[in-house]
Amino acid sequence: MLSEFPFYALALVTLFAAIAAMTLRNLVHCALCAAAAFTGVGALYLLLDAPFVGFAQLLVYVGAVAILIIFAVLLTCAAETGPGIAFSSSWLAGVCAVALVLAGLVLPILMSPSLDRLAPPVAGAPVKDIGNQLMTIYVLPLETIGLLLTAALIGAVVIAMQDKPDAQPASDVKPPPREIADKDLCLR
Amino acid sequence: MRSARNPLARLSTEMDGSIDQIFVSTLHRIASLAPPAAQPLVSMLLIIAGIMVVFGSCFALTTIVERKTLGRMQNRYGPNRVGPFGFFQPIADGIKMLTKEDIVPFSADKALHFLAPLVLTVPVWLAFAVLPVGRNMAAIDLDAGILFFFAIGSASELSVFMAGWSSQNKYSLIGAMRAIAQMISYEVPLLLAAMPVLMLSGSLSLADIVQAQPPGHWFLFTPWGLAGFGMFLIAATAESNRSPFDLPEGESEIIAGYLTEYSGFKYALFFLGEYLGLFAVTGLAVTLYLGGWQAPVSFLQWFPSWAWFALKFAALILLFIWARATLPRLRLDQLLNFAWKFLVPLALLNLLVAGIWWWTGRAQFPGLLIRWLVCSAILAAAYILLGRGLKDHKLPPHRYHYAV
Amino acid sequence: MLGRAIIQGFIETGRNFVGSYYDPERLTTVQYPEQTLPPDEHARTIPFLVYDGDDPSQGLRCTACTICELECPPQCISIVKDTVKKPDYLGKMQLQPKVFDIDISVCMDCGICAEVCPFDSIKMDQVFALSTGDRQALLLHKEQLAKSNLYFRQIHPGEAAAIDAARAEQKRKAEAKKAAIASAPSGFPSPLP
Repeated sequence: MLSEFPFYALALVTLFAAIAAMTLRNLVHCALCAAAAFTGVGALYLLLDAPFVGFAQLLVYVGAVAILIIFAVLLTCAAETGPGIAFSSSWLAGVCAVALVLAGLVLPILMSPSLDRLAPPVAGAPVKDIGNQLMTIYVLPLETIGLLLTAALIGAVVIAMQDKPDAQPASDVKPPPREIADKDLCLR
Repeated sequence: MRSARNPLARLSTEMDGSIDQIFVSTLHRIASLAPPAAQPLVSMLLIIAGIMVVFGSCFALTTIVERKTLGRMQNRYGPNRVGPFGFFQPIADGIKMLTKEDIVPFSADKALHFLAPLVLTVPVWLAFAVLPVGRNMAAIDLDAGILFFFAIGSASELSVFMAGWSSQNKYSLIGAMRAIAQMISYEVPLLLAAMPVLMLSGSLSLADIVQAQPPGHWFLFTPWGLAGFGMFLIAATAESNRSPFDLPEGESEIIAGYLTEYSGFKYALFFLGEYLGLFAVTGLAVTLYLGGWQAPVSFLQWFPSWAWFALKFAALILLFIWARATLPRLRLDQLLNFAWKFLVPLALLNLLVAGIWWWTGRAQFPGLLIRWLVCSAILAAAYILLGRGLKDHKLPPHRYHYAV
Repeated sequence: MLGRAIIQGFIETGRNFVGSYYDPERLTTVQYPEQTLPPDEHARTIPFLVYDGDDPSQGLRCTACTICELECPPQCISIVKDTVKKPDYLGKMQLQPKVFDIDISVCMDCGICAEVCPFDSIKMDQVFALSTGDRQALLLHKEQLAKSNLYFRQIHPGEAAAIDAARAEQKRKAEAKKAAIASAPSGFPSPLP
């Protein structure tokens, strides 16, 4: 049991952070607790001896997605605190749906025959092997993701681009001011 | 982490008792005094203590060296009243920071305001764990070392936001937004400038990257290495919010930006975190491009490896201080244009050039010259063309108008 | 080309850094208070009273005309005339001040008193380390304000030389006139010299 203490600690931290991210009143606090939950998941990956995935989780989720969420919260002025935790009237349906999904995930794992087999020796997943497989077996998903990211980037640029100004310049009512050339101004 | 190689188990047999390995052998001698079950823990604690002492005193030394060097470059003395030539000034600064009143604004978000300096400082200390400071002297030799480094670096951006938001001050918030925009914009060139090194050394582990740069064959001595090194340094300056990219803490414009509402020890922690971040990324630049602890030419290898690392590190820090004394601050739009319209395309082209370099790796004499010429020509053309694109042609030449 | 000005900037600050160790033009700091810059000839702070010769009470140029007291904008000068007269540099009997006080906590160093003095007796000094812990010490009396003409020549050489030359010329004319009157035959007006 003691050897699994890190797992229990990290799992508790992640769960509490996720629950806090759902229930806190201040939206910015929720975003930061979500970032803490992401960190917990990254730490769980590291515990599972997958350093590449763990650090990639930290780099992408905590370093980019959390900041994206925070920017979204700030720029849409949604950070003003509401009247309190919104208690939905259809909470019973929500609980049933969650129970169904949980059962659908947990029961197959518990009833699976692979739990009876011994765990194979952990290979350690060196980065070289991940790179090799990405470039040979999984090259199609890699390129597809690249294409998707490019499309997202272009879409962001298009949305953020300002319209070209095509208004006519206003006609001059007063005479243009007398222009003095730079060389006449300085004392030589 | 079982994929990390145990520092106690991995020893290079050459130069075992020499000055080069003096720190490693001292560590082993002290650790062997402990019971065998606790030896890894004791050695790790000693390494941590060593890192904190070395880089902490480096921080103190850098503050006074920076102030004196900036002074000399500005035709004045730096601080020269406290101690010999002013070198006890950090002690005076430390006493001042520690005895200042810690003011927290009434409407500030107290939990975030308290946590922000911690979220900055704690991950930055972690980054020193993977730097190979000398031969066999990386605290942890991770398989994905450089990824760990960048992941840690990106975690400290949240602290800037927390500081700016929790102060409930419009200057702080503006400063925080600018700081985050700057940091995420310059992360792309930082990572892209580090890519060619990873391509050509074939590994993400920093110790392997250093091994791939024998004396005389540093990655700096290649056309893509020069360009990549330059871009890495520029992006590193921007990531640490140092001049000329210190718009977030531009003192004359938005008070102190996201640091406005911090005083006393919390401000000292922010200051410490920023400088430690600078040291970490400088150490990474030395490792990636300047050959880490390798000597520049093979007949200088008698000089200890950690001393080579220290020399290169000091030279880069002096370069940063020199840049701070010379360059004016960039405006926000200039900063972001520079990142996205100049550095990112150049970094991508640099990847291509590094690929060409790798592909012509087995060329003999005339091929060597052609290799250099082709790669340098591509990079120089890209630099000039992209540089033209940065000029602001929309503004007409300045004319003075006077009331008639 | 992009970056040319940056290189030029780096060269300039590099030259500053290296030059500051041997070139005095690249390190122009004067480390006050161990080193001081000599003040300019026309620099001024508080006023002082000039006396000729060695004896401050006999040689004081001030004749207590009180023009400076009346012209002083913040009214920091306070003069009380003495009943005893004393001779000036031409031998004529002039009044003298019994009390001449300047409150330098009020004085604004404008120099109007020195401009209007017809006797070149109050001039502007150059001392600036005047702070004291005792506010009463900021009221300077005649004895503290009187400084010799030699000191005046040191701090304002051009002005002092001009004044001394003019006074010497007037003294020479006065003595020549006296000599002409003494040596002329009585009754007839003497020819102009």
